[in-house]
Amino acid sequence: MSAITCPECEAQVGLDDGTEVGEIIVCSDCGVDLEIIALEPAAVQLAPMEQEDWGE
Amino acid sequence: MQKRLKIGVLYSRVRVEEKWIFAAMEKRGIDYERLDDRVISFDLENPEPWRAFDAVLERSISYTSGLYALRLLNAFGVLTVNTALVAEICGDKLTTSAMLAKAGVAQPRNVVAFTPEAALEAIEAFGYPVVLKPVVGSWGRLLAKINDRDAAEAVLEHKATLGSVQHSVFYIQEFIEKPGRDIRAIVIGDRVVTAMYRKSEHWITNTARGGEGELCPITPDIEELCLKATAAVGGGVLAVDLVEHPQKGLVVNEINHTMEFHTMQPVSGIDIAGEIVEYVIANTSMRGE
Repeated sequence: MSAITCPECEAQVGLDDGTEVGEIIVCSDCGVDLEIIALEPAAVQLAPMEQEDWGE
Repeated sequence: MQKRLKIGVLYSRVRVEEKWIFAAMEKRGIDYERLDDRVISFDLENPEPWRAFDAVLERSISYTSGLYALRLLNAFGVLTVNTALVAEICGDKLTTSAMLAKAGVAQPRNVVAFTPEAALEAIEAFGYPVVLKPVVGSWGRLLAKINDRDAAEAVLEHKATLGSVQHSVFYIQEFIEKPGRDIRAIVIGDRVVTAMYRKSEHWITNTARGGEGELCPITPDIEELCLKATAAVGGGVLAVDLVEHPQKGLVVNEINHTMEFHTMQPVSGIDIAGEIVEYVIANTSMRGE
């Protein structure tokens, strides 16, 4: 299992097997939404803020 | 030898639903491409790359991006699930209501006005409480239950002042005393695949707002109403939200065209992602005949 460093709080967050690019994970320390932008090596960025027209 | 299907999946985020859909594509040996709506672009003078797709399944989180992508793809002659027309109707609650009314499908009472003054007058005539809903939006956001005139004046002024122009379409709906739950049914083509109760102590029962899911038997009434409702909006892969109205019985509250099913799939035990992919394949082959 690989891990990333949260860009907001610098916590180490483990990634589950099967994690994919484009997936959103939540930092277990500060709760911010992070988007996986690369794997091997894993990289994240802060996920975009929810927009008004988002939904199902 | 049969041609290998090429299907595009348009998405904004890889949610669990998209993971399941990708897995279902892989399991069926489909040549699929992930189309991130934040990265793609369309050249209207060069539709050929898009015509390489036998179909595109739209799963965008952004209603606007998804809708315009579907319009372009349909203009290029590319089969999409759902169609631009269905997205246009379902993505806008007022347009959905208009199509349901046209088809005579049971729904809550709705009133519409375009200025705060006209809306206030309509609400006063309607009687309290009422619910104000944005015409575009999801996950139960920005719904307001209005219990009296003071609240109506405040919310209407806020919407007119702080909201986008779309918030000046005042979509007013009767408040329904529902039994702490509503029903979400998944309709794929002409089949009601599964249904679930969404329970919550809060008047907003959306699972995105913490509502809990429990399997709901598909009664003949539910089936008939769902099929009538989906036919009214053009059909496809849709989630119909039903409410048990104390006087009117089952009514259709809204219809979602890029539904989430992360609660429904485990609760029902039905491979909804697989059903969606099968529907796309079936439509593709129907078109090829």
